[in-house]
Amino acid sequence: MTATVSEEKAGSRGDLPPVPDGAVTVTLKILRFNAEVDSEPRWESFNVPALPTDRVLNLLHYVKWYVDGTLTFRRSCAHGICGSDAMQINGVNRLGCKVLVKDLMSGGGKPTTITVAPIKGLPVHKDLLVDMEPFMEAFKAVKPFLITYGNEPTRERIQSAHDRERFDDTTKCILCACCTTSCPVFWNEGSYFGPAAIVNAHRFIFDSRDEGAEERLDILNDAEGVWRCRTTFNCTDACPRGIQVTKAIQEVKRALLFRR
Amino acid sequence: MTDSAMATEQVVARGSRSNGTLYRGDPGMWSWVAHRITGVLTFFFLFAHVLDTALVRVSPNAYDQVIETYKSPIVNLLEVGLVGAVLYHALNGIRVMLVDFWAKGPKYQKPMLWTLLVVWVLVMVPGAYFMMVRTVSEMFGGS
Repeated sequence: MTATVSEEKAGSRGDLPPVPDGAVTVTLKILRFNAEVDSEPRWESFNVPALPTDRVLNLLHYVKWYVDGTLTFRRSCAHGICGSDAMQINGVNRLGCKVLVKDLMSGGGKPTTITVAPIKGLPVHKDLLVDMEPFMEAFKAVKPFLITYGNEPTRERIQSAHDRERFDDTTKCILCACCTTSCPVFWNEGSYFGPAAIVNAHRFIFDSRDEGAEERLDILNDAEGVWRCRTTFNCTDACPRGIQVTKAIQEVKRALLFRR
Repeated sequence: MTDSAMATEQVVARGSRSNGTLYRGDPGMWSWVAHRITGVLTFFFLFAHVLDTALVRVSPNAYDQVIETYKSPIVNLLEVGLVGAVLYHALNGIRVMLVDFWAKGPKYQKPMLWTLLVVWVLVMVPGAYFMMVRTVSEMFGGS
């Protein structure tokens, strides 16, 4: 039994861990929001010991585990696969688990500040946690699954390597929402389908085995569809999987113009 | 170093959907912002231009009077600005069309942007000189 529990600060979890050799203190500036207390988001800074090989996610863990347990963010695999921890890091959308501290260090021994904010354009529930539902609705709306008509084949649906290559780039999407929430059009018009939905439509529109291309093209021909894209290339820059998002959107636009 | 790990600093951010942070977007985003601004400025010019030219139908005298007010250094500066805006809008318009219709356009969007900015500077430097040389010599040359 410990009698000191009541002396600990609310939400903190005990002693700070030892600072590893080679660690430098960086300032982690987080845009926080707690709907129960705040009427507006507010910036809060934490001094965190960081190794150059640490990822931004490690710094968030440090804050949550040792300084302020109320800090709220999503993360699951922490290895750039699940796409849970999309956030705005130093003004651009990135996965917290893929950005290394050494790439954010300010040169010349000046103190480093890393700003972290929730991705834009989706309602913030708490801190970095946003409501992904509008994003997922747009994804579902483009029918991101194989559509076929006629009799089922008795064996696999064969596809040549060349046909598979046609949509290879857009199969890489992990639905992290980095692209959609980097889009100025999406910030202002939440009704726009957004890059991620179009990428996932592209993945099936250009699949030789799929027969639902016309339906999807009809959906994306909508006023809130591909024509809202202003080719700002923020999505291409933001994608943690390196998908050429704008290129995919342009291919869908050209398919609408010339393929039918 | 970490004992005083919390230094709270309050800066009010506006709006909850767009949280008031400045997005450091791709150069393509800034080219789009500039395209919008130059487009709107050009539209305002055209609006004024249609009005003043239509004035000649009302009264040639009034038209001459209005045109006379344009002969000032400030309007000369605005003219240079107009040429700059139209030139950027035109060049970036070509870039956007190439991004739209040329399969390799998205791949080369940045080189195309740098190219158009270089062309813009190469045209604007001598262009501004020849547009301003008369005004400047009249103001300071004392001819």
